[in-house]
Amino acid sequence: MGVAGRDYSGMVIRARGVEKRYGDKRVLRGVGFDVARDGFLLVTGPNGSGKTTLLRLCAGLAVPTAGELEVTPERGRIGYLAHESLVYRELTALENLDLYGRLYRVAERRERIGMLLERFGLWDARHDRADSYSRGMLQRLALSRALLHDPDLLVLDEPYSGLDEEGASLLDRELEERRPSCAFVIATHDPARIAPLATSKLVLA
Amino acid sequence: MMYLADVGALARKDLRLELRARDTLPAMLLFVLSTLVVFHFVLPGDSSELAAKGLLWVAIVFTALLGLSRAFAAEREQGVIDGLVLAPSDRSAIWVGKALSVLAFLVLAEVVALPAFALFFGGVDGPMVAGIALADVGIAAVGTLLAAMAAASRARELLLPLLFLPLAIPIIVGGVGASVTSDPGRYLGFLGLYDALFAIICWASFEYVVTE
Repeated sequence: MGVAGRDYSGMVIRARGVEKRYGDKRVLRGVGFDVARDGFLLVTGPNGSGKTTLLRLCAGLAVPTAGELEVTPERGRIGYLAHESLVYRELTALENLDLYGRLYRVAERRERIGMLLERFGLWDARHDRADSYSRGMLQRLALSRALLHDPDLLVLDEPYSGLDEEGASLLDRELEERRPSCAFVIATHDPARIAPLATSKLVLA
Repeated sequence: MMYLADVGALARKDLRLELRARDTLPAMLLFVLSTLVVFHFVLPGDSSELAAKGLLWVAIVFTALLGLSRAFAAEREQGVIDGLVLAPSDRSAIWVGKALSVLAFLVLAEVVALPAFALFFGGVDGPMVAGIALADVGIAAVGTLLAAMAAASRARELLLPLLFLPLAIPIIVGGVGASVTSDPGRYLGFLGLYDALFAIICWASFEYVVTE
């Protein structure tokens, strides 16, 4: 169960023989896995192994060239963190989250934005433009954006990238708190940190 | 109502971005004014009004192209388009919001350009302004869709003019016709039809441009 009234019985993601090609280049070949509604899939692999491509497929931003991929939550119920921050650099943190809050139909938007900015230590910088943020602050803002609509499926690409120890601890706490109510697909080069939370692991070659 | 609220939020965001970054409108204003100044000095004194009006349309189309080339720059730079595409809102709202902001920038450029044209060449009349207004709608509608397509490509600077200019030819024909003939109604009707047809096509097809 992701949020009240949403019951994804069975699997949230079901992948069988997923393949992705860009032109002649095959990025993914024969990938298969399941993610239960309270599952936590840890995706690892060397650079260029297709982790980001797989996450884009799970988020619905790309479609497989071959194979079957079923993602149950509709697109408004997926939280996606990419390598880029997905925020407008010329807008403030508050303006960025307010725009996303409107588009993602977030109930009690202002309260939710305030809570996330407080939680990720950005409240004092909420009126600062994102282009004045450090890499770590930008990552905290990107995480706030991904979590804003309380998603049922979180697809996170290198979520610890750029975070200092305090930021990483905040993210640890956030993941643990959401663990029972959300499905996760997380790609990382540092699997040791979140391995205890993972229910399954996918190693891409 | 939700759809209109999304469109309003997206269009306001673009205007706010431009107010802060000031990287599109100043370039458009500089381009259209400098083009008119150059035309003013290179056209022979006894050249016809037709030539001047034709050159105004060239200036308008290339000014619009300049604005369109920046239309999705902010979305492209930080991958923001992915965040917008994943939102549960209707994806065509992204196109409507962006087309409205493109239209606003184009109108603002023309608010400066038309008095300058009147000063240098004279002869700005009602049918000509109506033709420009209708042409702006078509340019914003078609241009925004093509700018989104080009933004996804590495060769975006080359691709956008290649896609846009052929589709802008009917707009130029209609606009010039409305500006120079004694019976502008026919051309204004043609522009209105072009706007309606392409607005519907672009509105319906935008989703396929921003998704795989």
